[in-house]
Amino acid sequence: MLNFLEKHLPKIVIAPTTLAMIVCMYGFILWTGLLSFTKSRMMPQWEYVGFEQYIRLFENPRWHVALDNLAVFLILFIAISLALGLLLAIFLDQKIRNEGVIRTIYLYPMAISFIVTGTAWKWILNPGLGIEKIFRDMGFLDFEFRWLVEQDMAIYTIVIAAVWQSSGFVMAMFLAGLRGVDDNLVKAAKIDGASTFRSYWHVILPIMRPVFFSAVVILTHIAIKSFDLVQALTGGGPGYSSDLPANFMYTFAFNRAQMGLGAASAMVMLFGVLAVLIPYLYSELRERET
Amino acid sequence: MMGAINTREENIMNKNKKFTAIAAAAFLASSTAVTAGEVEVLHWWTSGGEAASVNYLKEKLSGAGVSWTDFAVAGGGGENAMTVLKSRAISGNPPTAAQIKGPSIQEWGDLGFLADIDSVAQENDWDNLLPSVVSDVMKHNGKYVAAPVNVHRVNWLWSNPEVFRKSGATIPTTWDDFMVQAKKIQDAGYIALAHGGQAWQDATVFEAVVLGVGGPDYYQKAFVETDIAALESDTTTAVFETFGNLRQFIDSNSPGRDWNVATSMVINGEAAMQIMGDWAKGEFKVAGKSVGTDYTCTAAPGTSGSFTFNVDSFAFFSQSDSNNQQAQKVMAKEILGSDFQEVFNLNKGSIPARLGMSRDKFDSCAHDSMDAFVASSQTGGLVPSFAHGMAVSSAVSGAIYDAVTNFFNSDQSAEEGAKQLVSAVKAAK
Repeated sequence: MLNFLEKHLPKIVIAPTTLAMIVCMYGFILWTGLLSFTKSRMMPQWEYVGFEQYIRLFENPRWHVALDNLAVFLILFIAISLALGLLLAIFLDQKIRNEGVIRTIYLYPMAISFIVTGTAWKWILNPGLGIEKIFRDMGFLDFEFRWLVEQDMAIYTIVIAAVWQSSGFVMAMFLAGLRGVDDNLVKAAKIDGASTFRSYWHVILPIMRPVFFSAVVILTHIAIKSFDLVQALTGGGPGYSSDLPANFMYTFAFNRAQMGLGAASAMVMLFGVLAVLIPYLYSELRERET
Repeated sequence: MMGAINTREENIMNKNKKFTAIAAAAFLASSTAVTAGEVEVLHWWTSGGEAASVNYLKEKLSGAGVSWTDFAVAGGGGENAMTVLKSRAISGNPPTAAQIKGPSIQEWGDLGFLADIDSVAQENDWDNLLPSVVSDVMKHNGKYVAAPVNVHRVNWLWSNPEVFRKSGATIPTTWDDFMVQAKKIQDAGYIALAHGGQAWQDATVFEAVVLGVGGPDYYQKAFVETDIAALESDTTTAVFETFGNLRQFIDSNSPGRDWNVATSMVINGEAAMQIMGDWAKGEFKVAGKSVGTDYTCTAAPGTSGSFTFNVDSFAFFSQSDSNNQQAQKVMAKEILGSDFQEVFNLNKGSIPARLGMSRDKFDSCAHDSMDAFVASSQTGGLVPSFAHGMAVSSAVSGAIYDAVTNFFNSDQSAEEGAKQLVSAVKAAK
């Protein structure tokens, strides 16, 4: 008996989680996939219509706006968060005073929900309340900063808020990575006459490659599931110019009784994520094995 | 989830069970009067005045021996509530009644979830109490399945007379006149039109323009029957022309603003006008303003003979328990009772859904609304509001929202706007 437990306990303990994962993740992915091929409107309805929902989806101008926005948001959000986070981490790593305090300050935004971040930035960026008003009250009467209310620029306000929230977290990850770098390697580089920049670029950053990997994966999923931030900051507006696919999916599946169309958009989102992540995971994991 | 009243009710029921077990059968009849079942009601009337109105209904029902389980799901337009309702209905456990309105009642009816309450309607002569445009919405396959609580008029223009006086403008009665007066107001340094840039508010203003420029016949054809020929006509372009001209009279901070914030701009004298349904009256009242002197209500430009209605209603779901079926009928009867209709509508700013009620307690805006309601129902000017989900399915109204809000927030030409609207409606139909 004891032997049996010893042998199977780990499996038994892990089984409920695995089961929950299979049902709640993969089961529902499958279900959504099936729904996307049906006529479902307000309720699931199993009348097969082939790819019609996907055709309707890609004929919808709002979906294209959402996709374009996601591309802009993904690229800028990840790039800026990585760059800022890395920069902050390197500066913090210079053995400065009060590092703990500063680290907490930069990390703190991560403790706030996206709803709060979105609402706060909505006020900061509102031309009649925030930055623009402050500068105008200071006497710069021509000062203009109204991205929030401009159709072409609204998506960038979402980037700003998301970067503000996440770069501190990226910093913490990089800082942990930097602390893990063997001091001897850095010293060796110094002895070989490498400048600070070169020793970071050629020695330290390559060692931190797994940290980059984790940071990108985490930021990508934050970006793709960004729903609450858009909802709180712009509400998808002006018009629907700052919609992201998640908002589109929610609107059509739940508010507009077009469940089939919503399911189709969810599937496209899923495949979008897989298209990015699978090659990345593949190359990373294969390299580590060799 | 269950309130104090319910637990008390349960206690009574338990006691009754014990009691009936030992008592003579003759007592049974009296005990059923007490355990007349319960209603579970899904709604999203959670803010001040609305919650008070719902409580009144609750009291009326408990007077009739029906207990009330509140199933309130907050969230403005009821989107959250609808999501919850769907999952409850699919799992075979729908509430007794839910706040559903307009064509959605038909959608639920088609799915076979709704209960027939025609017997209550016949007993209380609903066919004569309700105007036919309202009762049609409440019926599925000719049987009543829902009860209306109120009628909102959407095509109102709320104005601040002080601002008009200071800028030498008069309250416009046509859209052409609107442009002239709005210019004067703007030149005097005020915001002409207070507006919140949210899709439903854009659609509310658009709806008023459609009715004012196109008239009720065009409105009916294009936006209720979604007749493509009517939508493709030149009238649609003319509507977008006027609608596009409004962009210049709105301040640039409007995107995302809530409707009540826009109303407060009219209250404070920052802005001159707002186009909004009669729920805006509540904001003026709360601010201690009186109608006629501090604010005025007039029909939106060019729509004085018309009335875009938005009727809130409770739809009834099929119940298996016979006590609850009985309770459901009591609730349906109370909703159309003149007591509830009066109290509820005084709180909400709307007018009663049933005709022939005493109007002493209502204010002059409500009187105007009642007169216009009766008059327009005879001329064909009484049309359902598409901006508030009364005219078309949620798919089509969503498509209209998208086209309208995208147009209003860009610098598209009227032709582009019209084309976009037609293709969006076609795709959603």
